[in-house]
Amino acid sequence: MNTAGHGAAVQIEACGKTFADGTRALDPATLDIARGETLVLLGPSGCGKTTMLRIIAGLELPDAGGKVLFDGKDMTSVPIERRNVGMVFQSYALFPNMTVADNIAYGLKIRGVAKDERAARVAELVALTNITGLENRRIEQLSGGQRQRVALARAVAIRPGILLLDEPLTALDAALRDRLRSELNRLLRALGITTIYVTHDQAEAMELGDRIVVMRKGAIAQIGTPREVYFAPRDRFVAEFIGAANIVEAPIDNGELILPGGRLPIRDGATGANATVMIRPETIRVTDAEAAVLSGVIDSISFVGDRQRIVVSGASSKPLNVDAPNTILAKVGDRIGLSIAPDALRMLPSEP
Amino acid sequence: MSQRSFVWFCLLPLAVVTTAFFLLPMARLVVAGAEGPHGLAGYLAILTEGRYRATLINTVLLAAATTVVTLIVATIAGMFLQRHRFPGRAVLIAMLTFPLAFPGVVVGFMIILLAGRQGLIGDLSNRIFGEKLVFAYSIYGLFLGYLYFSIPRVILTIMAAVQKLDVGLEEAARSLGASPWAVQRDVVLPALAPAFVASGAIAFATAMGAFGTAFTLATNIDVLPMLIYTEFTLAANFATSAALSVGLGLITWLILALARTFSGSAVAAAG
Amino acid sequence: MRDRLIFTGQFIFTLFVAAFLVVPAGLSISAGVTVNYFRGIQSGVTLQWVAQVWELYAGTILLSFVIAFATLAVTLLAGVPAAYALHARGGRLARIVEEIITLPLAIPGLAIALALLLTYGSFGDFRRSWLFILVGHVIFTMPFMVRSVMAVFATVDIKTLDEGAASLGASPWRRFCDVIVPNALPGILAGALMVVTLSLGEFNLTWMLHTPLTKTLPIGLADSYASMRLEVASAYTLIFFVMIIPLLVAMQLLADRDNKR
Repeated sequence: MNTAGHGAAVQIEACGKTFADGTRALDPATLDIARGETLVLLGPSGCGKTTMLRIIAGLELPDAGGKVLFDGKDMTSVPIERRNVGMVFQSYALFPNMTVADNIAYGLKIRGVAKDERAARVAELVALTNITGLENRRIEQLSGGQRQRVALARAVAIRPGILLLDEPLTALDAALRDRLRSELNRLLRALGITTIYVTHDQAEAMELGDRIVVMRKGAIAQIGTPREVYFAPRDRFVAEFIGAANIVEAPIDNGELILPGGRLPIRDGATGANATVMIRPETIRVTDAEAAVLSGVIDSISFVGDRQRIVVSGASSKPLNVDAPNTILAKVGDRIGLSIAPDALRMLPSEP
Repeated sequence: MSQRSFVWFCLLPLAVVTTAFFLLPMARLVVAGAEGPHGLAGYLAILTEGRYRATLINTVLLAAATTVVTLIVATIAGMFLQRHRFPGRAVLIAMLTFPLAFPGVVVGFMIILLAGRQGLIGDLSNRIFGEKLVFAYSIYGLFLGYLYFSIPRVILTIMAAVQKLDVGLEEAARSLGASPWAVQRDVVLPALAPAFVASGAIAFATAMGAFGTAFTLATNIDVLPMLIYTEFTLAANFATSAALSVGLGLITWLILALARTFSGSAVAAAG
Repeated sequence: MRDRLIFTGQFIFTLFVAAFLVVPAGLSISAGVTVNYFRGIQSGVTLQWVAQVWELYAGTILLSFVIAFATLAVTLLAGVPAAYALHARGGRLARIVEEIITLPLAIPGLAIALALLLTYGSFGDFRRSWLFILVGHVIFTMPFMVRSVMAVFATVDIKTLDEGAASLGASPWRRFCDVIVPNALPGILAGALMVVTLSLGEFNLTWMLHTPLTKTLPIGLADSYASMRLEVASAYTLIFFVMIIPLLVAMQLLADRDNKR
């Protein structure tokens, strides 16, 4: 397999979608997706991510003024069957009337590929997706994970310019989801084609995306690499949607955040009335109460194995979530000190 | 061809057939109803003219009686068959449902065999009471025929509805101290109400409009379909028969449409 | 004890209802093969009445089959694509169309027959041919085919399968042949059985639409009930049972298979 970035570059220009009943599913959005890039559309249900994907696929027409370009060519009014995209549906949409091999070969058959060439391609994909031996099964005889692989194999069999995946792991149970996620990651890297991936699961987005588009209520909230959206969320919604976050509202005085349980030095010494600050739980360190600039009382402790989640009250106006190493022995009611590096405090715009 | 035009293309044959052979003729029928000597008033004849009105009342009463009795019979039998497992149950269900495909004419013949001049009932009553009981050719025979026609259909609907009942509801009612009768009255029968409405409406509309059974039993039973038939073929009174059949169609359609809004499911009369 | 009593009561009641339905059919079958029904089965068993029916009415039976299969062909060709279109299009227009094509179920056949007669009765050649009856049967059975197919579409998520095939490059027509029709087969089969069964037994419309030269089986039945001796009428009914029961059994088997899935 070719590892260099290939496939088509995608440009979306001012694509909005209003459905016939008047609901606005997507505000006009503009997005550039580079050749070979894996872009994840992430957001809660109803945020417009699936609508965006369906517009790129050619299953929905954008509102007037919107444009979809593949490699600079206007594809807006081209139906999906002539866009040469590979699509994996949430329910997989495998044809129950065909075997696994027939499903994978279907797109090639449509394209008039000769029979033995089809068979060779099917064999190649069956090996790549680890479903060797299932070629002649019927779809209803497959497990969820196997169906997912067949759907993927079928989508890439046609050597699409763009691979579109609509929540491909959502129908699976948690353990299988984790395993298939890393398998999918390996496969997408190996294929190297432009991929647009829709999910509501931030762990999937982090692992698979070169860039993540966080969406909310039909609009793009932030675009960035996984690190950017995690460490530098643009607003409170992104901060809370991706990973766990403590959102603290407090006044700033002389380069320090004034909290009920103490004062926290911050990096940029802006002085102002009220600031909104994000603190990730894993950036808070537990220290001795006596020496600490910030302290509080333990409300509850949840031991989750590799770490423990401690809820501390009294330090901030709202209880703080702290991820502490599993070696710290503390109990509910103990007073503990908290230390937070100035870099770990992320200022967010105050919400109206 | 785009997806959109393909969908239209798929609809085309049906649209042509339906327009040419259903919508157009029905429109013609409605127009014909007003082409009699009384014009549009011809449509009121079904209510104003004594003979027609009596027939209408007769038909409605017959249909109502059919509906009520069918529902009672089918509920008892249907609940019993769905709730109990015993040897021979499958055979019994097959016996109760196999007359489903009998057309009205055949049902009429079944009634003749039961209550006609050479019928079983007459034969038995003759042996026991010395008097031959023959009622196939009257409105009672027709009533029996409609029961014969409706019972299998309604039993199937009731059985399906009972199967879908959540047994948990009954168990909950019993856990709260309800007696078996109270459970039936407060939980089971209300839950079956949509099925009663749906299947009752079908039984009613069918009994209003069915023609084959009445035709087989006698040509002088006083029901609406027979009246329409005689007006059309014997009296060649096209306008009246058109007006009457439009009225009859309107009634049966209305009953089924009402039932559908109440029960929320698709309801259709059976031929 | 009380449960036992209720059970027995209901059982006897149900048995009685079953007897009401089955006994006349049994009488009809026995009468059809009895030499003299009035004297009873002692008079001997014979196939002479069946043979006589065949002699008199073979034409009606043949015509019924011709019309039933022609009806099936038309409902398949027009009904299956339409069911797909109505499902794919959705929305208010689809609901209105569905409402219109199911109207013949709510309107008595007599009214539809009158409407057809008033509209096309003067087209002599058409009026005199069996095609006139065919038209009535098509209108009457079409909703069963369309609904049966649409019911399957509602359960197999045909829209996504259609989109899946489209994403692989298949044109609408290819998708219809490769994906839609094969996956609608259970509904098509159920609809087909229903259409044939209904067409074979249709009387309400047919009685008005037929001519002396275009008599179908139910018309022949009504004719024999009115003018033939009971044994002949019974033998004719017997032939009808023999034709219709395999269809009923097939329908039941199909329904059972669907329930098991």
